[in-house]
Amino acid sequence: MPKVISASDRYKAGVLEYKQMGYWEPDYQPKDTDLICVFRITPQSGVDPDEAAAAVAGESSTATWTVVWTDRLTACELYRAKAYRVDPVPNSEDQYFAYIAYDLDLFEPGSIANMTASIIGNVFGFKALKCLRLEDMRIPVAYMKTFQGPASGIIVERERLEKYGRPLLGATVKPKLGLSGRNYGRVVYEALKGGLDFTKDDENINSQPFMHWRDRFLYCMEAVNRAQVMSGEVKGHYLNVTAATMEDMYERAEFAKSLGSVIVMIDLVVGYTAIQSMAKWARGNDMILHLHRAGHGTYTRQKSHGISFRVIGKWMRMAGVDHIHAGTVVGKLEGDPRTVAGIYDVLRETYNPKNLEHGIFFDQDWASLNKTMPVASGGIHAGQMHQLVHYLGEDVVLQFGGGTIGHPMGIEAGATANRVALETMILARNEGKDYINEGPEILQQAAKSCKPLQAALDTWKDITFNYESTDTPDFVPVATAVA
Amino acid sequence: MRITQGTFSFLPELTDEQIKKQVKYCLDQNYAVNIEYTDDPHPRNTYWEMWGLPMFDLKDPAGVLMEINECRKTYPNHYIRVGAFDSERGTESLRISFIVNRPSHEPGFRLERTETDGRCIRYTAHSYARLSEPRGADK
Repeated sequence: MPKVISASDRYKAGVLEYKQMGYWEPDYQPKDTDLICVFRITPQSGVDPDEAAAAVAGESSTATWTVVWTDRLTACELYRAKAYRVDPVPNSEDQYFAYIAYDLDLFEPGSIANMTASIIGNVFGFKALKCLRLEDMRIPVAYMKTFQGPASGIIVERERLEKYGRPLLGATVKPKLGLSGRNYGRVVYEALKGGLDFTKDDENINSQPFMHWRDRFLYCMEAVNRAQVMSGEVKGHYLNVTAATMEDMYERAEFAKSLGSVIVMIDLVVGYTAIQSMAKWARGNDMILHLHRAGHGTYTRQKSHGISFRVIGKWMRMAGVDHIHAGTVVGKLEGDPRTVAGIYDVLRETYNPKNLEHGIFFDQDWASLNKTMPVASGGIHAGQMHQLVHYLGEDVVLQFGGGTIGHPMGIEAGATANRVALETMILARNEGKDYINEGPEILQQAAKSCKPLQAALDTWKDITFNYESTDTPDFVPVATAVA
Repeated sequence: MRITQGTFSFLPELTDEQIKKQVKYCLDQNYAVNIEYTDDPHPRNTYWEMWGLPMFDLKDPAGVLMEINECRKTYPNHYIRVGAFDSERGTESLRISFIVNRPSHEPGFRLERTETDGRCIRYTAHSYARLSEPRGADK
């Protein structure tokens, strides 16, 4: 317990321990309206974990390095964040989980920028800690309700597209750099006509010398509209409106709307405020908003320092994106099965119960915010369909870039192979078949009447990416998906 | 052309036995199954004609199949689809929708382009079915 000191001692000029300044309250009972964070802290050697937790609470709320008398002009007890619990991390020697509660009034309503300026602000450079990672966050319903949430959401997206009962299918146009607008649109047309629901600009396709943005938008929408009448289905291409300024992004988004696109796309690197602005625009213009998570790997992947992607997922659902790349489990990018399951739950459920095995530290009520569609992209192919359906479920966009465009019989055939594999697997699942174990046979059976699927299975049969995951839950033995 | 709306349009036509299994899956999830038909499968024709109300209290897939076959008998040359509604909070929407009948000839769509400012084009899809029979063909 920290020593209780009198107000006159507390506010003497000088430097006090954070614990003594009131940022450590082991008896504190978090209120329903508190925002709660759990940080993984690695104190410098010799620093007491409780003091380190108190310092994080202090530096992410009201504290500065020295005592200031002007605190006494405020209801400072309220504004101080309170570290109230510190647990050692299982199987680790120098790491601790620090639980910190923040009063609702510390934050501006509906602003990710304001919330994050406190929670992941200066504190992440604080010298008394070797490393610091924001593992999870409980957003109180009172604060959640101040956010718009996804512009369209999973349910409305499906109703607009008239597509139900199966994951949606997409592909990123490849090569990601260098195609002219006309050639680029060809890939879009072939893939959509072949059976995909969406094609996608890559994160770094904006407006470059080989293809300026208006050219891309015009050719892509020609392709989308042609594919629609060739299939009778609603189709879309994620037109990436990421640009240097908000004015440019609005201009591009307006142009996409005027051409009849159902979806536009932005990159995570545009920043939280730009994302919220685009979500507001998308809500006002009946647009689905896709978010590519470019840049996240710089701070989400290592367990010791940064931000867990489950937290980014929560913030992006609040900020209002309809799609977000969230891991594949079986593909080429980082993704432990349980960690990915936790992230998908955060995006898709109306209520997340605490589930430490999936990295979910708190019950989270989503207060009727729409659901965000996770997107699985990166090194996946038709031969993994049973695993993809098993791990990722139904409300997900499966994106096969190389797995469509690299098909030996061409792009249309690649798309058809993926769609047939998917519909086959959903049919089998609904019929009650043991599709996870019988998956390869189910696909082989379907391939008998679908040459493109046979060619896909033959081409990519042995391709898997079995590397150990770095971002794994701490409360269960580590498991990596096995093909 | 073959219209590929619906959950299973890329597979060979489902047999009645396969349809029954899908319906059973829906009923097991407590979804309400319904049947709809149209002669205009335009991708943005949301409201097909309802073949009665959604079967909220039906528990037997055979009963649904009977209704599908009645609908097929009455409209052999229409598109017929089976949908399933989930009333659970947070969904309250369709959970599956698949085609169980098609006309012998699927006429498809024509794409009309209206050139506007600059190189912009406004696109409109027309159903050939509606062009040949423009008035009230559902009746």
